[in-house]
Amino acid sequence: MSVSANSPVEADMSEPFAVPAPALATQAARSMPTDWRDFLTLTKPRVLTLVIFTGICGLLAAPGSIHPVLGFTAILAIAMGAGGSAAINHWWEADIDAGMKRTANRPLPTGRMRRDDARDFGIFLSLVSVGLMGLANGWLAASILAVAVVYYAVVYTMWLKPRTPQNIVIGGGAGAFPPMIGWVAVTGEITAMPILLFAIIFFWTPPHFWALALFMKSDYAKVGIPMLPVVAGEQATRRQILLYTIVLTPIVIAPWAIGGTGAMYGGTAVVLSAIFFGYAWQVGTRTKTEDDQMLPEKRLFKFSILYLFILFGALVVDRVAAAQGFAGLGWFA
Amino acid sequence: MTPDEEAETKRRQKARNWVVGGTLLFFVLLFYAITIVRIGGQAG
Repeated sequence: MSVSANSPVEADMSEPFAVPAPALATQAARSMPTDWRDFLTLTKPRVLTLVIFTGICGLLAAPGSIHPVLGFTAILAIAMGAGGSAAINHWWEADIDAGMKRTANRPLPTGRMRRDDARDFGIFLSLVSVGLMGLANGWLAASILAVAVVYYAVVYTMWLKPRTPQNIVIGGGAGAFPPMIGWVAVTGEITAMPILLFAIIFFWTPPHFWALALFMKSDYAKVGIPMLPVVAGEQATRRQILLYTIVLTPIVIAPWAIGGTGAMYGGTAVVLSAIFFGYAWQVGTRTKTEDDQMLPEKRLFKFSILYLFILFGALVVDRVAAAQGFAGLGWFA
Repeated sequence: MTPDEEAETKRRQKARNWVVGGTLLFFVLLFYAITIVRIGGQAG
């Protein structure tokens, strides 16, 4: 899908990188060594927590066992790969970040770091992560990690994010890799379950992020990123949120339906999906009023984070319980 | 460069050296542990 010709931000989007970056490459950045904490900031630590969590869940939910040292290394490699691609994202989007309130204080827009340093750091971290994963956990897991890094840093960040309002759908793919990589690090093969874990995050991302975009859309409009609410309008975004939630629901229940998990996960998935659908329905069927506080959108966004944590937590508890012989608890049977 | 900036530069350099040194040491130990585990797995 391309950007609509009638887009209200078309003029801005013709020059997406033309936003003035007030403090880029200041004298301070050139003369003073960068604080190590700014390198840490480049890895987007808050995003990493979700990446690490879902990676650990994939690792723990997979059948079979893995030595703790190799398990730790797999998670470290996933985190380094995600951090490396995030640093490349910082490098590429430094000008855009300077134009948005939420991101203007990052190391590059403020001039606390040289732009090339961020790029080199990101590439180095990404390469080391793939090598580490390959040596410790096998080259299939390493290959998927490499694909994830390239997918996020190149396909999403450089290519499609500034070009299509479906950028979030595509970006969701990058975030969907960690549980799959964790699973493959244990089993060494790709089966239906890791693909379903991938699909869960892939289809969860659009309603999660578009709910945020609905109440943050002015920031995106300012820097010319074609977010769906900016380009297609709010009502279309609301319909898309509902549509993706409808697709998400059977996918979330599928691991139980195909016998990949027990009733503990199945029951949790059904309850969570019902609540998620209820919130998405509120957002999807309403129209913004004057002085709207966007409470349903904020509620959906907050719940979507909780939803993913509880869902993957339930998956791990279910699988660990099954491995310990507690599969027949029958709580939801 | 003012004395304050010079002091800050030295502080940052020192902090970075510690972080890089610590990271290198961590990876030496990690690769040692991975090697032991992998060799142990093959031997078993």
